[in-house]
Amino acid sequence: MRSEIGLLAIIVLLVVFEVFSNKKQKAAIIPAALILLGINTIIGFLPLASGEIFGGMFKTNALLHLFKTILSAGVLILLLQSADWLKEKVIAENKATEFIILILSSLLGAYYLISAGDFLMFYIGLELTTLPVAALVAYETFKQKSAEAGVKYILSSALASGTAIFGISLLYATTGTLYFDGFSEVLTMSNLAILGFIFFFSGLAFKISLAPFHFWTADVYEGAPINVASYLSVISKGAAVVILMIVLFTVFKPLMPVWIKIIYIIAIATMFIGNLFALRQENMKRFLAYSSIAQAGFILLGLLSVDQLGSATVVYFVAVYIFSNLGAFGVVQAIASVSDKENINDYEGLYRTNPKISMIMMMALFSLAGIPPLAGFFGKFFLYTAAASKGYYVLVFIGVVNATISLYYYLLVVRAMFLRKNEDAIPYFKSKLYMKLGLIMATIGILVAGLYSPFYDYIFSISNSFLN
Amino acid sequence: MDILSLFVIVPILTVLVLVFAKNLKQSRIIALIGMAIQFAMSINLIFAYIKERAVNTDIMVFTKDVLWYESFNIHYSVGVDAISVVLIALTATVVFAGIFISWKMDDLPKEFFMSLITLAFGVFGFFISTDLFTLFVFFEVAVIPIYLLIGIWGSGPKELSAMKLTLMLMGASALLLVGILGVYFNSNADGGALTFNILEIAKVNIPLAAQNIFFPLVFIGFAVIGGLFPFHTWSPSGHASAPTAVSMLHAGVLMKLGGYGIFRVALYLLPLGALNWANFFLVLAAFGVIYGAFGAIMQKDLKYVNAYASVSHLSLVIFALLMITKTAWTGAIIQSLSHGFLTALFFALIGMVYGRTHTREIDKLGGLMKVLPFIGAIYVITGLAYLGLPGFSGFVAEMNIFVGAFEDPNLFHRILTIIVVSSIVVTAVYILRMVGKIMMGPLSDAGYKDLPKGTWYEKVGLVLLMIPVVIIGVMPLGISEMIKASIQPFLERLL
Repeated sequence: MRSEIGLLAIIVLLVVFEVFSNKKQKAAIIPAALILLGINTIIGFLPLASGEIFGGMFKTNALLHLFKTILSAGVLILLLQSADWLKEKVIAENKATEFIILILSSLLGAYYLISAGDFLMFYIGLELTTLPVAALVAYETFKQKSAEAGVKYILSSALASGTAIFGISLLYATTGTLYFDGFSEVLTMSNLAILGFIFFFSGLAFKISLAPFHFWTADVYEGAPINVASYLSVISKGAAVVILMIVLFTVFKPLMPVWIKIIYIIAIATMFIGNLFALRQENMKRFLAYSSIAQAGFILLGLLSVDQLGSATVVYFVAVYIFSNLGAFGVVQAIASVSDKENINDYEGLYRTNPKISMIMMMALFSLAGIPPLAGFFGKFFLYTAAASKGYYVLVFIGVVNATISLYYYLLVVRAMFLRKNEDAIPYFKSKLYMKLGLIMATIGILVAGLYSPFYDYIFSISNSFLN
Repeated sequence: MDILSLFVIVPILTVLVLVFAKNLKQSRIIALIGMAIQFAMSINLIFAYIKERAVNTDIMVFTKDVLWYESFNIHYSVGVDAISVVLIALTATVVFAGIFISWKMDDLPKEFFMSLITLAFGVFGFFISTDLFTLFVFFEVAVIPIYLLIGIWGSGPKELSAMKLTLMLMGASALLLVGILGVYFNSNADGGALTFNILEIAKVNIPLAAQNIFFPLVFIGFAVIGGLFPFHTWSPSGHASAPTAVSMLHAGVLMKLGGYGIFRVALYLLPLGALNWANFFLVLAAFGVIYGAFGAIMQKDLKYVNAYASVSHLSLVIFALLMITKTAWTGAIIQSLSHGFLTALFFALIGMVYGRTHTREIDKLGGLMKVLPFIGAIYVITGLAYLGLPGFSGFVAEMNIFVGAFEDPNLFHRILTIIVVSSIVVTAVYILRMVGKIMMGPLSDAGYKDLPKGTWYEKVGLVLLMIPVVIIGVMPLGISEMIKASIQPFLERLL
């Protein structure tokens, strides 16, 4: 509970500050929030005892604790990347503190989501993760795209959450309990249970942007401010993946024959749909939206090996994916903040004017594509290993074919930046300190997380803490 | 620091120092020093290996093993035998010569040399690795630099060629990855632990069904980069569009990764699968030899002639490897070496001609020997060596391959060998026609009278590459004995 209380304290402090500060002091909010969040993240590296509270509704163990720290680090990098945008554009409208409060509240929701010990806490977490983001998506209220994205997001999320809770109610009807512990003992492979599971899964799959629940992703990412799209693609998705993993491995064990088939098919569909749509995108945000849909498909490969290897590879890949995606979105943010350009065509000739930013983008994209020595390669390779360990070689083959297809569209951006020459290339700009720090942290993650083996080995060693 | 890891550390250090270079002069000096050290190390390695071999009879020598990922039993483990040693020497020589050939690369020179040396880093790592995962990592490291090298510094349809090449090679490594995972999860078939280590997997009897499924995947994964028909289509356009040093490195060295991978991984770890699939792939290889040769005849652009010729000669390597006899395998390795040097020579020469005349079309060139004596002479010698003139390495290689392939009394193999031998004649046709047309005869364009002669760095590059060709051609015994000794344990697995 330590990270949650810390985060809650930060949020309360920010609210108090917002209420009692005058206009001139508002600018101080950003460094203050960053420092506090940084402290909370660093405290997260200290070990925490496992256990449960609230009568079993809230659980924590070593793996969950590590993942919360990873999410917190991700949000820290994200806020660092957003700090300049907040200072320049948002403080004037008096909305900067609210931005940070909303993001941290959503993060708090993610914490509750993954620590859920019963379906009710799961739902609380799910809603707390979603609602603040709905406000964030529509943050640039006077831009038509932003408002439209906000409406799309809130309506689709409401429908998804409603579906999820309907599924939960059906599951309650079959088993008589909402607690995860002992749920698998009373769950039988009855039609009602399967139906309940499917509704529940659909609601959760919406958050992860799995096909066929992905339709909201591209439009919402395109309309939302870049940081919010970034947040949705990494934090929101990452937390949902982890709780899905926990729930599938422990609670729905009796239904394994059913959900393995579902995951198998949805993995293939998601990878193909994400990749095929990404091929034709010209707007960087939509491009990264479809790319993240495809990456979610890859994550499902790890879920197929229902054991320690599977959970370790999934958590590791999500961590690596957080760094890679934050790197890519960070560069998009940096470029958009000086030039308002978001299309791949506008990035042409970028290397000649801005070499460092182009290199960071290239590394982030190649990490997403899975090229060594970047971390994304190790993440993908280990996912394939998890799937192959249970004999799903055909699926691994489909996965690597999709990885090759994805390399093509990532190369399109690299091609624009490095290969093409452009007289109107975006001129040289220097990012400010916060953005630099955010990008550097993401890049270090991309470079180091793969080569530094103790990171994965540690995740593996704690991955059996929730399996019996 | 062990002698082998230096081969990956020196390139990395060179790249890091290159970050601080400010212009062409500094970049090329740093690159030159780095690769000169690498070249010296590789020559030293040959002698150190011979000395070590006298006392040590393990399959691999100079081994080192560091645990990397404990949960998967992945190690950074290295080791060499004769085949690795000679191929490392090939790589070092070609890269070193390539630096000389790129002496005047003035568009983004720093990035060019960094990408080139990163490519070399991947290749060196590949040749010294004895752990499948690490091998695969080094194999894929080449993807990023090759795309940039062809796409930024290439010519002609460079973007398309770069994209096609990168995607096809990535697709091949995709297949290879599935194959490697298949081998990994069967490496405990005899009750041991799962492992990626090549030498340990070789001791395991992987079940036949698994071998039959995974052998083609691993084989095709390596054969694509080795230029096997019908997976060779990335090669002509890729080589033609690439800048000179990159074509040298790619055709001269990168395509050898295929043959080496087949030898070290596919045939060694999955012998039963190999024996079952050999005939199928032999037909493809034989077809590739003939197809490449006839394709080369039809080409009008010098680089395309060389690209198709490479497809033909490298299919010969795969052909020889699949024949599974000692002499054929010796020939395959020597052919890898010989072709590496010769094709690097050809691409360097073509680059020099193109740099002066600004055309690569055979029709437009003629009589260049009169105005470019040194380059012309080397061109003629290279052409003769390429078609297998005795006294040069090409003859030694092809002799071994054809004798070794014919040794096997299997009728099917012998018929294929006879068909493939006929490619010698076809090779002679396109080589002699090309060399004769552009070098001999009247000067095709009066403006060529004033072409600049060969510069010092061009001459050094060419001589560097020519010397091994002559050495292997005139004194092959030392190398072939060294290679034969190392081939023995690998061959035994298949017999």
